[in-house]
Amino acid sequence: MNLRPILAAALSACLTSALSAPAFAEPDPANWEAVLAEAKGQTVYWNAWGGSTQINDYIAWVGDTLRERHDVRLVHVKLEDTATAVATVVAEKAAGRETGGSIDLIWINGENFASLKRQSLLFSPGWATSLPNWAFVDVENKPTITTDFTIPTEGLESPWGMAKLVFFHDSARTQTASMPKSAAELLQWAAANPGRFSYPQPPDFVGSSFLKQVLAETVTDPSVLQQPVESVDFAAVTAPLFAYLDQLHPHLWRQAKAFPKDYPSMSQLLADGELEITFAFNPAEASNQIAGGLLPDTIRSFTFPGGTLSNTHFVAIPFNANAKAGALVVADFLLSPEAQARKQDPGVWGDPTVLAMDKLNEADRAAFDALDLGIATLAPAELGPALAEPHPSWMTMLETEWAKRYGVAN
Amino acid sequence: MLRFAPTFAIAILCLPLLAGTAGTLLPAFGYLPAIGGDRLTLAPFAALLAEPGLFRSALTALATGLVSTFLSVAIVALFVCGWYGTRTFATLQHLVAPLLAVPHAAAAFALAFMIAPSGFVARLLSPWATGWDRPPDLLIVNDAMGLALVAGLVVKEVPFLLLVTLAAIPQSPVMAALPLVRSLGHGRTLGLLLAVWPGLYRQIRLAVFAVIAYATSNVDMAVILGPTLPPTLPVRLVGWMNDADLSRRFVACAGALVQIGVTAVALLLWIILERLTAAIGSAIADRGLRGQRERAVRFASGVAMALAATVVFGGLALLALWSVAGLWSFPDAWPQSLTIRTWEKSLPSVAAPLANTLSIAGLSTVLSVIIVLACLQRENETGRTGGNRALLLVYLPLLVPQIGFLFGLQLLLVSGGWDASLGALVLVHMVFVLPYVFLSLTAPWRAFDRRYEAIAIGLGASPSRVFWAIRLPMMLRAVLVATAVGFAVSVGQYLPTLLVGAGRFPTITTEAVALGAGGNRRVIGVYAFLQLALPFLAFAVASAVPALLFRNRRAIQAA
Repeated sequence: MNLRPILAAALSACLTSALSAPAFAEPDPANWEAVLAEAKGQTVYWNAWGGSTQINDYIAWVGDTLRERHDVRLVHVKLEDTATAVATVVAEKAAGRETGGSIDLIWINGENFASLKRQSLLFSPGWATSLPNWAFVDVENKPTITTDFTIPTEGLESPWGMAKLVFFHDSARTQTASMPKSAAELLQWAAANPGRFSYPQPPDFVGSSFLKQVLAETVTDPSVLQQPVESVDFAAVTAPLFAYLDQLHPHLWRQAKAFPKDYPSMSQLLADGELEITFAFNPAEASNQIAGGLLPDTIRSFTFPGGTLSNTHFVAIPFNANAKAGALVVADFLLSPEAQARKQDPGVWGDPTVLAMDKLNEADRAAFDALDLGIATLAPAELGPALAEPHPSWMTMLETEWAKRYGVAN
Repeated sequence: MLRFAPTFAIAILCLPLLAGTAGTLLPAFGYLPAIGGDRLTLAPFAALLAEPGLFRSALTALATGLVSTFLSVAIVALFVCGWYGTRTFATLQHLVAPLLAVPHAAAAFALAFMIAPSGFVARLLSPWATGWDRPPDLLIVNDAMGLALVAGLVVKEVPFLLLVTLAAIPQSPVMAALPLVRSLGHGRTLGLLLAVWPGLYRQIRLAVFAVIAYATSNVDMAVILGPTLPPTLPVRLVGWMNDADLSRRFVACAGALVQIGVTAVALLLWIILERLTAAIGSAIADRGLRGQRERAVRFASGVAMALAATVVFGGLALLALWSVAGLWSFPDAWPQSLTIRTWEKSLPSVAAPLANTLSIAGLSTVLSVIIVLACLQRENETGRTGGNRALLLVYLPLLVPQIGFLFGLQLLLVSGGWDASLGALVLVHMVFVLPYVFLSLTAPWRAFDRRYEAIAIGLGASPSRVFWAIRLPMMLRAVLVATAVGFAVSVGQYLPTLLVGAGRFPTITTEAVALGAGGNRRVIGVYAFLQLALPFLAFAVASAVPALLFRNRRAIQAA
């Protein structure tokens, strides 16, 4: 393992900074006992999207557990959009609040992470790789853990869960075998079944991801997506995508004169029978909704054999967080086999783990093996290849261009 | 003491507003050094104008706001003039008044659940009448014209205007005028419209302006019911303000100025409309039209009033049903199973938001009412009302789109380290609560017959005794209505609570909106019910206390 030199470097860096600025000692995850001691009694304000009750309940469980074990009080600040948290950190920077910030932890990835990293508004240096539970993380086989939308994470954010784009349909109405196997087939399907497909309105995260999925399938040279959008001919690269959307939109739900707000809204529309095919960034989403009695147990999953988008979601600590030690304790607990196994249970949330099974001890591995992933969840082998996320600048440009073309449909 | 009340009130209204507005105005012209804007430029406006569909967004905000206000005022005017004093009026009044307590977001959800293609109306009629075994692909909610939004605004503003009108009626005796217009051979609707409504309208005019300002700049209803391609201007402003790309804030601030313009244009158009209506009224009176064949008009106004109540209460009952529903597929009109699971899971997390809501709303409302009473009493003693300038100050928080000055305010509070404190939250809520309390209370207060006070003073009572023994008891109903309005306003606040509270003071409303985004109808049901219960209690108190206290004083109760 080449972790040790990094650890040593981080340690010495911390020591030097601690020596040079003793009045401004930051918690050092390498000295975990000290972190735990400092975290005792702290209140951690965790800004996280609050649109899903299952996820909210899971976060509440994390809070209860941490209060019991480490005397850390966790407050879930429920956001509609993670960009709000980014905006808050920036506003605090603007107002000159270098310490005692109002956010201790953010659920984050992609463009929001890129934005905070670019502006040096994150707790640094790389604390995430020094967490005790980092040892279990599947760095080797899950490249998105170290590269978030092409941006190196450099330990500035700690992985929490894996996401992969998966489609759902109701097998009581249609055969799984007849479901489209690519974006191109999806277009044909939509034309044959008008009004039964849609996607969340960009800039919704999942909606924009659908655009990127189609882009990844229609682009001639996928490698250009890994570069910043400024360095390529955006119009030429995206021409097939927008030609696709032009053809698709007349066949969409409400003839594309309105779009679902987000993916939970699509689940509701699927339950109502308005939509026939929906999708989410969580392979166990349908099983979770079935367990919660929100969807009928005839819902099934499918993906594209050619691959679908896949990424990792993280937690990060702002540079001016008030309870950094507490935030570190939360981030570490989120990585624990116990918390990760519970998260992967479709009865709780169903979000796939970031841990490597072969790094766990037997008891922990057994806990994962014992999970019933649910009737509507595909086995990992059936999930198909993972497509890499484009550079975050693509998302921004796609959203702008989408708004220009389709934002004034009426 | 009283001497400083007006200054104090102005400080509370204006200091946050001025700081906040500066925080909006300067970035609108490119000045916000913290994010790299260090010189004045018109670039943000150029970027704003380049936004696709900007004109359309501004136009829908303007049109939905004006049309909904016109419909609301018309319904209230026709209903009051057509039905006041009848048993139907009393019944409908009791049915509609509680609607005021329904927060905007909850009312919007209620309406959506009724009229959506998968909503209750479609379920009731399917499949036997419509043949639908799946919801039809119809654009009803989020329609391009904003009709659903107009409907939502109307069902929400009609109760507000009706209640404000009722509070003003004791100063414009409708029942006394009725025999007069009858003796002149008028139908009651037209007769009262000509004889009494102008006086009533003068008293509720401020409330109507507030409705226009809200309707043209609201976010919470527009985001649920309004058009989405593009959304109304205020909804887009919130999006830009929260964009992770900070340069969008310049555009958002420029847009906030445009929004102020949109609201101003709406008010201007309304004033023209007022003149027009007055001219039409005079013409009708001059021509001696009696309007005796009024059955259709009376019927329509009664039905509109009843419909507003039915739709919202039906929708809220539906929300309650969703909160205990298991699987509930289309086109079933009743869930396949009932379960208290959603409540069980939600209740533990409700306690803290509930406590926050109660303390913030309670404190900000009580403080606001005390300040407003002190100001009005001071005005009473000096005889100076502060004129139009004072009025404009009271109005500003209701005219400036919240998001516009809240950002600047947030910056100020953060730099002082006062954000995320209960004190700051109460103060910011007061910025919005105080004007509504003031607007609800001023007109009835000024219309009070001062001869009562003259008599008391003639009998040797001190000014403070006159206030406590004469003025306050006679005004109790108006004071309590104003308190309930203030409480409801505070409970319904979303953006100020989120921004200034830094999310650390979640209230029922912030939780409801955050959850509402997820579209989980069952949880929306739980929170909408709670959102409803709080202000409802306040209004129940506002109507019960005077009735109880003055049960042997008929003139005070009914007037």
